[in-house]
Amino acid sequence: MENEQDKIISEVTDNEYKYGFFTEIESDTIAKGLSEEVVKIISSRKNEPEFMLEWRLKAFEYWKKMKMPNWAHLTIPEIDYQDIIYYSAPKQNAELASIDEIDPELKATFDRLGIPLDEQKKLSGVAVDAVMDSASIKTTFKENLADLGIIFCSMSEAVREHPDLIKKYLGSVVPYTDNFFATLNCAVFSDGSFVYIPKGVRCPMELSTYFRINAENTGQFERTLIIADEGSYVSYLEGCTAPKRDKNQLHAAVVELVALKNAEIKYSTVQNWYPGDKNGKGGIYNFVTKRGICKEDNAKISWTQVETGSAVTWKYPSCILKGDNTSAEFYSVAVTNNYQQADTGTKMMHIGKNTKSRIVSKGISAGQSQNSYRGLVKVLKNAENARNFSQCDSLLLGNNCGAHTFPYIEVDNKEAIVEHEATTSRIGEDQIFYCNQRGISTEDAIGLIVNGYAREVLNQLPMEFAVEAQKLLQISLEGSVG
Amino acid sequence: MLSIKNLKASINGKPILKGINLEVKPGEVHAIMGPNGSGKSTLASVLAGREIFEVTSGEVLLEGKNLLEMSPEDRARLGVFLGFQYPIEIPGVSMVNFMKTAVNEIRKYRGLPLLSSSDFLKLMREKKELVEIDSQLTNRSVNEGFSGGEKKKNEIFQMAMLEPKLAILDETDSGLDIDALRIVANGVNKLKRPDNATIVITHYQRLLDYIVPDVIHVLYNGQIVKTAGKELALELEEKGYDWIKKEYAV
Repeated sequence: MENEQDKIISEVTDNEYKYGFFTEIESDTIAKGLSEEVVKIISSRKNEPEFMLEWRLKAFEYWKKMKMPNWAHLTIPEIDYQDIIYYSAPKQNAELASIDEIDPELKATFDRLGIPLDEQKKLSGVAVDAVMDSASIKTTFKENLADLGIIFCSMSEAVREHPDLIKKYLGSVVPYTDNFFATLNCAVFSDGSFVYIPKGVRCPMELSTYFRINAENTGQFERTLIIADEGSYVSYLEGCTAPKRDKNQLHAAVVELVALKNAEIKYSTVQNWYPGDKNGKGGIYNFVTKRGICKEDNAKISWTQVETGSAVTWKYPSCILKGDNTSAEFYSVAVTNNYQQADTGTKMMHIGKNTKSRIVSKGISAGQSQNSYRGLVKVLKNAENARNFSQCDSLLLGNNCGAHTFPYIEVDNKEAIVEHEATTSRIGEDQIFYCNQRGISTEDAIGLIVNGYAREVLNQLPMEFAVEAQKLLQISLEGSVG
Repeated sequence: MLSIKNLKASINGKPILKGINLEVKPGEVHAIMGPNGSGKSTLASVLAGREIFEVTSGEVLLEGKNLLEMSPEDRARLGVFLGFQYPIEIPGVSMVNFMKTAVNEIRKYRGLPLLSSSDFLKLMREKKELVEIDSQLTNRSVNEGFSGGEKKKNEIFQMAMLEPKLAILDETDSGLDIDALRIVANGVNKLKRPDNATIVITHYQRLLDYIVPDVIHVLYNGQIVKTAGKELALELEEKGYDWIKKEYAV
């Protein structure tokens, strides 16, 4: 039995990361290291207005005094921040009139990832902003969306073209003093996506950003800002992959969501950065700060994440429920295999009256991995009638992995109702045998069971991504049960 | 159809099956009876390919194919069905999804085209009627929260869906009330065909009032000690197993 289990678990090693290729492309890359000079270079490459540079420099000054946080349940070797390249962008003509002007190698890369930049070959009703390393390559359907007054563009472009919105909202949810990685991001962020949905507009298609790390020794620091004005609605998706490399690479992103009165934002992530090899060599360090604010009454924000990649994940998509009658949701599936480590969860801050939050977290651990849920539900004194429900489940595959739950609850209003449920289970040998006896192979049985377990979260994803995510879960866990 | 020769199996080095010989022909129903701990369930598990049991010698052929060399899923695809004594719960996996995967895996193995969703649902409706299973059961997760009786009915439903060549029902009657017993037995009888065979493992004679076997075997201490016609069941019901134990005591 033990041997059988070891054998099956070791078969995980045959499991290839499908997006591990590297594209040979001419890049504009600056020298390694971080200094005020580097911050200035990044800002100037982006042709940024003065206010942006000032903000970056303020953040950089602040960051120099900060220390990397160590409270997470993660073991991370020391990171040498001077040994990282902070800007690398594929060379191409600054202004692209049409798709034909994009470097064919770049186009081919995104085609291979299943992200067509060609609007003729559109994904069913999805507009895409494709970002490679430090730069946005192409945003599709921009013109169609502009007819409705929707702004969907790269962050660099937004900084230049929409400075008023940037000044008003950038850093308004995650300030430049927020935390070590977010502050670093403020100083050196290179690109990302910007979305503005005007009053009363329901965005007619899914918006999405696809992030790709390509260059070696390069950190990726992207920044996303989404503003949903009064009574508007938008559903946004984010996907990410990286080449296989022996050396760890740093990714520190910031995402800010602002939902005004009666607005709704749905944000979905399928995170599949390179997780490292079977021995834990290489992989992405993924330190991400994501936060949304339901700024005015009746606003709603929903986070859904499927986390399968990265060597280390440190990520807590959170919500500030400031307006009255606002609501927030967090749905998460986090899979760790081999030597992956994840410390992920959410924070729900109830400030307004009649606010509601719901947390559904499903952790799946296999191999030698460590998977932690960390969450905070905070109800402030004046948050009358606050309501929270949290469900944190852990599923274990094999005997060498770990699942941990760190729920924090701070309630200052005695009318609040806060519920927390947690379960831990294991895929049993008897469940696998039952499936085998009906003609279902062990691999397919795991796929069925894991997808069944994660269904509540996967159901939250837009259809085409749900199918993709289902496959991804199965691939990530291939052969990891005995 | 099924030919078992001198089958020996053990668990953790402890012998449980000590030389089983059994021949089952197409269209036959065999009952295997015997006191607790005689090896009845082990025989069922070994035939289905459960890996915790080690087969130390012997041969098992199904239509000439050596089952002992096959994985549990390939045995199932070939046509071996085990009705579990304690059916397993699989939370979150819907019966529809589970059965669709199973049916299509079996069809793939046999070189048949895969069923479309609508054809599959049609098949499911037909089989549900055939075995009188409650419609709602198939809308739920596999065995999750099912009562003991519902689980057993669900096994018969799955048997109907998968149309096995050889069905082995392991204590399917245990824990059933008389109505559930009738439904289960009717299902088995309706699924009986000239080209398939059934092995019914039971402790009590009661089930055999409803499923009439062609042959009854008594398994004791890892061996088949007695084989006779259906009248043997009545004798066992009357006299219990003590006389067997005495006669074949080790």
